[in-house]
Order: sequence, then structure tokens, then C-alpha cells
Amino acid sequence: MIATQNLTFAYSPSKQFTFPDFDCADRETMLILGKSGKGKTTFLHLMALLLKPTGGNIQINHQEISQLSVAQAADFRAKNVGIVYQKPHFVHALSVMDNLLLANYLGGKNQAKDKAQSLAESLGFAEHLSKKTTQLSQGEQQRVSIARALMNNPSVILADEPTSSLDDDNCLKVIDLLTKQTQEIGASLVVVTHDQRLKEVFEKQVLL
Amino acid sequence: MSLGIAIISLLLLAGKQIEEKFTRNVAGIDMVIGAKGSPLQLILSSIYQIDAPTGNISLAEANRLTRSPLVKSVIPLSMGDSYQGYRIVGTNQQYLDHFQAEFSEGKTFEKVMEIVLGAKVAQNLGLKIGDTFASQHGFDGEGHAHDEVKFKVVGILKNTNSVLDQIMTTPLESVWAVHEAGHHEEEEGKGANALKLLEEDDHHHDEAEHHEEEQEITSMLIKFRNPAMGMMMARSINQNSTLQTATPAIEINRLFALMGFGIDALKLIALVIIIVSGLSVFVSLYNSLKERKYEMALMLSMGASRTKLFILLLLEGLIISVIGFVIGIFLSRLGLWLMSENIEQNFHYDFNVLSLLIEEIWLFCGALLIGLLAAAIPSLGIYNINISKTLADE
Repeated sequence: MIATQNLTFAYSPSKQFTFPDFDCADRETMLILGKSGKGKTTFLHLMALLLKPTGGNIQINHQEISQLSVAQAADFRAKNVGIVYQKPHFVHALSVMDNLLLANYLGGKNQAKDKAQSLAESLGFAEHLSKKTTQLSQGEQQRVSIARALMNNPSVILADEPTSSLDDDNCLKVIDLLTKQTQEIGASLVVVTHDQRLKEVFEKQVLL
Repeated sequence: MSLGIAIISLLLLAGKQIEEKFTRNVAGIDMVIGAKGSPLQLILSSIYQIDAPTGNISLAEANRLTRSPLVKSVIPLSMGDSYQGYRIVGTNQQYLDHFQAEFSEGKTFEKVMEIVLGAKVAQNLGLKIGDTFASQHGFDGEGHAHDEVKFKVVGILKNTNSVLDQIMTTPLESVWAVHEAGHHEEEEGKGANALKLLEEDDHHHDEAEHHEEEQEITSMLIKFRNPAMGMMMARSINQNSTLQTATPAIEINRLFALMGFGIDALKLIALVIIIVSGLSVFVSLYNSLKERKYEMALMLSMGASRTKLFILLLLEGLIISVIGFVIGIFLSRLGLWLMSENIEQNFHYDFNVLSLLIEEIWLFCGALLIGLLAAAIPSLGIYNINISKTLADE
């Protein structure tokens, strides 16, 4: 689960954000909608501990994380948070399989080849595992990055505009896969987007 | 990177091997006596068989001058003819003994016109025991052929790794015989000029004396019992006779001093190349870090520590240096091999191609250091990456 209270952040004194409270239980999905410049990505980075909030609280798995040190935060993030970025980015020198295993390696866990294989099968890119990531199509790459977010069985999946570069068909497919997979591992899913197509799909919504 | 290392390693190798060759061939010879001229030329022609000989001297005079208790042994040399580019040297058994030559086939020369081949000569010319051939005047293979008398191969030497491999040796008398035959023919055939005729008259008048006194050689290699005392003898010969003496050690040092300038300049150029290549590693790593900033931020967000990524980038620089070094060493060996083929054809000198020098280990350390530095400086940028900003920007 993940929850926030009175979260604030400031890039500079003139550029301050205050974020609405929300909480999202395990196996639940939360949609955070907002136009550009409303601090969507900032909100996500706060939850992902990539930024340190100037005020307020965040809990993941009932653990207060807003006051963790940088090193603690990195460790916590690697083990408990999976992130799907707006554009799929990978380590280009590595194959799809190695990019997936990299999540295990950097998170300090055993490299689970079986899990990577089964994720690839359920997400439909099993035949591309030995290819380089650049050889995959945009939609395939997005699915690989979802698989990467799931590799460490995190308790929260954060998705930043996962559908903005996809067409309607792929958009629905990706969202479907995301929700299914997070429910399978019992994690909370938080999607941050300006994509109006997702409005109808999710019940719980927060507007920035 | 590879290029600079290749050049430096090539210079080290070539320099070392030339020095080795030169010192091996010179070992044990304290002085050379020959006709007046350049002492360096005398050394190069008599000891290394690479330059043209200075001119002839009278055997009798040389013998007279070296009849001294200071002299341990003398080896007469008579040059001027060749066969297919390989020199024929008239000498005696002592010359072969000097190089501790052993026979792979046949025996040493005993009679006039018997000839012993060096290992490389036999191999390259494909001559066997019992073969005969006529020599040519001069060393370029285009001289007038002495067809009247033929040499007979009686022995082939084992490889001695010295100048002996590249020449053919025969008794002194063979060289005289070849040229006498030539003289007679000239006299009978075309008729020579007045001076020659006079000379030839002399020959006929005192046939006996001719063999004793007018026999000429090119030079004489001398070993002293005590080299320090020998210096005094050398001075007296230089001042009081028409001959000159040359000390191999001195002349070779002079030669190396001259070559040293060129080698030093090349070393400097190679060093500059290495530094420039270090800079280019620096620039390319710096650029690739910029390009891969997102990758780095990604790995950081996935839990990698900055130190881990720093070491990763450092290793990348190191691996590039090591590969550069290996390719460089390989290139230098290739270059030396090509050079050696070329030199062997032109000067009948060859190099041993495959040894690794101690200096090259230093070179390796230097290359690693440059690679490390070139990688470390841009890699420090990893500590300045703002993960959130980098991830949000793209």
C-alpha cells in the first residue's frame, strides 16, 4: 500500500507544489490526472523517493519513508518500488533479458531468470529476450519496462505517463497488463497521466 | 592509443635487437686494421659485412705490424666478391672458430676454391654440398662474373645468430685465385692499360715473391692479450704506416650516438601520440557519459550506488587501454617482422620478433595509468547526476 499526507515540495521559493492526500491499498489502482506543469512527475518522484519532500508524509507498506537518507532511500526503492517511465529507457548495451535481470542485480536480489521468462511470456515478448532493446518496437519496449518494474516483486508500482506515446489499442493493452500484473503480485498501482483515455478505466482518481 | 604504443614498442625492440646484434658480432675483437679511410666504414665492412670495404692492404705489411707479443690472434679478411648478393669472405679457420661455428653438414674449407656457407645463405640460395658456382665482382650482384674458376660448396654452418649466417667463407687463397685468373684473362684478351701491364710484368717476374709479398687482403681482425696496451699499438700504426686501425667499441658507440637522435625524436612523437590518444579516450568517455546520463540515472533509480557506476566506467577506460596496448604490441611485432623481412633481403640482417621487453611492461603500466586518468575525470560526473531531473527531462 501507499499513502501520502500534506505532501509539499519546492524547486524554488516561487515554484511550490502542494499535493492532495490519497491512499491506495494493495491490489488497488489509483489514477492521478493533471495537465502539464501541475507537478505530476514531481509527485511521482516524491513517491519514488527520487526527490525529498519539503513537508508531509509518505508511507509505503505502513513504513514512513519521507525521512530516509539517500542511501536508505535507494535501497528501499530498489526493493519495494517498481517504476514505469514515460518513455521506455534501457541500458542499451544489454539484451532484454539482461535488462530485466539488472533490476534483480541492482536491487541486491538473486537473478530470477524463470521469473523474467514467465513475465516475458505473459507480457508477450518472450521471443525477444535475447535481442537488444533497441530492436524492439515502442509498444514492446513499454511492455519490457513493465516487466522490469515487476522483477523485484515490489509493493508499489509507479507508472509515469505509461500510455502517452501509444495508440488507443496499445494504450488499453498496456493498462490491462499493468493492472493484471500488479494484482497478481499484490501490489498497489499508481498511474500518473494527462491521458484522458484512462479516465474511464480507473475508479479511484485524484485530480491535480 | 595502439598506434603510439606500437611505435614506442617497435623502437624499443628494434633498438634493442640492433644493439644486441652489433655487440654479439663485435665480441672479442679489439681492433681492426685496414686501408686508410673512414674508421666507421672499416668496422661496418669488416665486422658487420654491411658497408663497402675501404680498400686493400698488403698482407705482408699487416703481418709485420701485428707481429708483437701484445697480439693474441689475428684473422685476415679478404672481401670484394659476392654470389647472388651474399658476400664471399676470404679468411682462415680462426674466423669460424671466433664465432664458435658448428657444421650442420659437410666440413670446413681446406683447399683453394672450397667454400663454406652460412646457415641463412644456404637456406635462401638453396645450395647443397658439392654444388659449384662462380662469384661476381662487387656486392650488388651485377658485377663482372669470374666465370673462370668455380667455388665448390664443402660445408654448411649451423645458425650462429651472428653475421656468419649471412656470408660465405673460403680460404684467402681462393679470393686471390679468382682475381689472378681474371687478371690473366684481361691481359691476354683485351689488353690492359700500361700500368696494369707493368703490374702484370711484375707478377710474372717474381712469381714467388708475388705470393709472399704482394698478396692483398681487405682487413685484419685483431685480438689483444691486453686491450689497454693495444691502444698504444693502434696509435703507432696510425701514425707510422699507410694503414689505419679502428676500435669497434668506439666506432659503434659513435654510430649509436648518431642514431640516438632519430630514435629519441621518434620516441617523443610516439609519446605525444599516446597522450593525444589518452585525450581522445577522455573526450569519448565524456561524451558517452553525457549520452548515457539517462542510463546512469536509470540504474541509480534502480538501486545502483554511484560508486558502483563509477567503478564500472573506470573499468571501461581500463579495458580500452588494455585492448589498445595489446593491439599496439601486436602491431609493433607485425611491423618488426615486415622490417626484418625487408632488412634481411637488403642487408642480410634479421631480427628475433617475438620477445617481450621489460620496458614494455613499463609501457603497459603507463598506458593503464593514462587510460585510468582519462576515464576517471569524466566518470566523476556520475556523482553529480540529478536522478529526478535527468529522468524527468526525457
